[in-house]
Amino acid sequence: MKTIPLPKTNMDQSTTTPTSSTSAPTVPVALRPPSAIEMNSLSAWYAKNQVLHAIDLDIAAKQVCAFIGPSGCGKSTLLRWLNRMNDTIPGARATGKISLHGVSLLDAALDVVDLRRRVGMVFQKPNPFPKSIFDNVAFGPRLHRIYSRTDLEELVEQSLRASALWEEVKDRLSSSALGLSGGQQQRLCIARAIAVGPELLLMDEPCSALDPRSTASIEELIRELRTTYTIVIVTHNMQQASRVSDTTAFFYEGKLVETGATDLLFTTPRERRTEDYVTGRFG
Amino acid sequence: MLASCLAATTIAVLVLSALLISIAIEGTSALSWSFLTSFASRKASQAGILAPLMGSVWVCAICAIVAIPVGIATAIYLEEYARRSRLKSLIQLNISNLSGVPSIVYGILALVAFVRFFGIRSNDDPLTFGSPESFMYLQIPFGPSVIAGGLTLSLVVLPIMIIASQEALRSVPQSLRQAALALGSTQWQVVWHVTLPAALPTIMTGAILSMSRAIGEAAPLLVIGGFLLVFQTPTNLMSDFTVLPLQIYNWAGRPQAEFHKIAAAAIIVQLVVLLAFNSIAIVIRQKLQRPLQS
Amino acid sequence: MTSIAARNAAEISQRGRLRSASAQMLFEGSIKFTLVGLTLLSVLTTVAIIAVLIEETVGFFTMADHPEISVWNFFTGTEWSPLLGAQPLFGVLPLISGTLLVTAIAGIFAMPVGLLTAVFLSEYASPRTRTILKSVLEVLAGVPTVVYGFFALTFITPYLLQPLSESFGTYNAMGAGIAVGIMILPIVCSLSEDALRAVPHSLRDGAYALGATKFDVTAKVVIPAGLSGVVAAFLLALTRAIGETMIVALAAGGLAQLTANPSQQVQTMTAYMVQIFLGDAPAAGVEYRSSYAVAFTLFLITFLMTWTGAIILKRYREEYD
Ligand SMILES: Nc1ncnc2c1ncn2[C@@H]1O[C@H](COP(=O)(O)OP(=O)(O)O)[C@@H](O)[C@H]1O
Ligand SMILES: [Mg+2]
Repeated sequence: MKTIPLPKTNMDQSTTTPTSSTSAPTVPVALRPPSAIEMNSLSAWYAKNQVLHAIDLDIAAKQVCAFIGPSGCGKSTLLRWLNRMNDTIPGARATGKISLHGVSLLDAALDVVDLRRRVGMVFQKPNPFPKSIFDNVAFGPRLHRIYSRTDLEELVEQSLRASALWEEVKDRLSSSALGLSGGQQQRLCIARAIAVGPELLLMDEPCSALDPRSTASIEELIRELRTTYTIVIVTHNMQQASRVSDTTAFFYEGKLVETGATDLLFTTPRERRTEDYVTGRFG
Repeated sequence: MLASCLAATTIAVLVLSALLISIAIEGTSALSWSFLTSFASRKASQAGILAPLMGSVWVCAICAIVAIPVGIATAIYLEEYARRSRLKSLIQLNISNLSGVPSIVYGILALVAFVRFFGIRSNDDPLTFGSPESFMYLQIPFGPSVIAGGLTLSLVVLPIMIIASQEALRSVPQSLRQAALALGSTQWQVVWHVTLPAALPTIMTGAILSMSRAIGEAAPLLVIGGFLLVFQTPTNLMSDFTVLPLQIYNWAGRPQAEFHKIAAAAIIVQLVVLLAFNSIAIVIRQKLQRPLQS
Repeated sequence: MTSIAARNAAEISQRGRLRSASAQMLFEGSIKFTLVGLTLLSVLTTVAIIAVLIEETVGFFTMADHPEISVWNFFTGTEWSPLLGAQPLFGVLPLISGTLLVTAIAGIFAMPVGLLTAVFLSEYASPRTRTILKSVLEVLAGVPTVVYGFFALTFITPYLLQPLSESFGTYNAMGAGIAVGIMILPIVCSLSEDALRAVPHSLRDGAYALGATKFDVTAKVVIPAGLSGVVAAFLLALTRAIGETMIVALAAGGLAQLTANPSQQVQTMTAYMVQIFLGDAPAAGVEYRSSYAVAFTLFLITFLMTWTGAIILKRYREEYD
């Protein structure tokens, strides 16, 4: 089987232009494509059960997009098609089109391993490996074998700083990740995901297993990360969606009901069902 | 209810005590350094277990080298690769059936396949590789040699090893596999870097228990022609051999009481070896087995 | 902020991956190929066992100089005397009855004791007691069967059975049967315990909430709910008993006879095979070949029992999954 390599993306191009390697990559906004992700009439099934119906949705680069909707409406399914994690579920299939920076993600010949390296995912329940904190963050980079040892240490530090965990764990990098609190574990999982340099971060209800204080710290982190990454977050919490996201998409029974700028969608929803849901009348 | 349960439990404990005490009483007097370091003899007082002891070590080592990797590989395929299908459940059913096949039947397969090589080539005119001085010296058909014995035992313990490894892999939370996949791991990288390390302590426990089964097997080795009286320790893969359980069988089956004494002494040695195996398994379980989730 | 990550991400997409996609696929493919190959070894083992047994058994039934041997005579004949007399007789029933007698004695001992111990472990024992008892059972499970044979020969028969009745000889079905029972006790016990512990706590709580006593809950809720698992445990343990070799070779005797008297000696299928393979019967001779037919019979019986056990076990696992 031939695999289609993912073409270079905008971010890559900008960083390969001669800039000083110590400064953060800055991307001229005008060069960015309007959307990082485009979906056209995406439908998805588990065996014979159709759970997504002809979704058309664009997600802008370097913004936070929130997926909201009652449970079982297909938010996680949609998210898992963005990094093809659904490939691991027997009977899962999808039709239509998803493109990430112009690359068609549903192509059978797509190199899914490379795709997943470029798309980070954070799960509902923190799932650190039963290894040391350092080894957790270094897992992805080691997998792709692209770092010298000093680079690796620097990268782990940067990733942990980026996920606002560095100060709390810098003295115990070699102790087990399972000894961290739930919130710390989730931030570790975020650090682990960004250590491979993804272009897109997917978060499936990342705070639903956490206490309010940890939730607040993750939300703050998401707001910081959006300067660097495109983020899609699934959440059940309306306040959270309005606090962290730039745009929001509301799903109901496998259909995209409404999407738009978050403040508009929450204050002046166009659809009746959206209004009912965001005001808590059902869901 | 409680009373009858207690009674039953007491019986189980009593049986074990009776077994251990009767063997200890009979066997300790015959136990000595020279018993461990001499060969068999017509006279019970001069007989020792050097040959079966070394034979057991050789045969078990070969068995471990074959059965442990093959068992783990099969478990990995079934748990991590194979999708739910007819074929998979058929293979699974086949493995549980194999675990119920009497060990003596494996002996028959081994006799025909390993010892005689299905008669394709005569034992009098074997294909020879290497020289007898090298321990890798090999002839095909194997004849009743240590390599045949080790392979025979690996047939017996393979299903046990597979099932134990499968259970170990199954106990690794799915969320860890998902995390690794989402970071861009290939299927094998997930197995090698995440699933296998997490399951390894349990797999090792299973491996040790499989080996303790192997070291106690006598019937299949008896079928392939394990020798009852051997006056040398193995030096290469083609050496004649006997094992402790076969030696015990040989002595226990004789009518004279002195031979029962040395049979009991050999049993004590065998049980000490087993106890050592079990203790290692327990230590691994308690020391190495870390939680996989918090 | 993530300059290294960004730089390296850029580097990868420039250089491509460290291992090219096709090299990686080749590597993954060869691993999978190896794993499939090794998995097929266990299938191959089954095929080889069946092929060897059928081939040799057919050879036995079609021996030119023994026209009297037929499948019908083999399975209905009540006399097994392959070595004695001018005309050897191959009726397998005495071997089967000997096997069943020993297995029945083992079952009568091990099933109640094992089940009750399992109930004690899963319902009554404190965690500490449980750990200790489990290790006792683990030790019992690890003891080589030849040791139980020795125990039957030198302890059970002379110190337990012969004082009870003069009729017990040195070799008898009872002593061997009890020893086999001890051997399968840990299997009965640990598999039954698994079955009982798999009964969901909600079922127990439901019964307690109705004012049931511990006895009621155990006898009327837990055991019935775990019954299929317990039955499977019994079946698997009895299969082990049927195939057990060293105990019966040492303690049951060597005389194939159709009897239900446990003080008599009997020969089991496995003990006959030991006799043949240890003795110096010529490999082409009729008695040597008869052992393959016996082995095939043994294989068929145990195969059917394990299969049934596996199917029952699968059913009850599905019930609670
Ligand atoms: N692995 C699966 N196999 C079959 N059906 C599934 C699977 N995962 C989810 N579903 C079904 O797909 C629908 C959408 O689920 P999901 O995407 O998880 O919803 P959400 O994340 O919005 O709660 C639900 O009806 C659910 O039952
Ligand atoms: Mg969900």
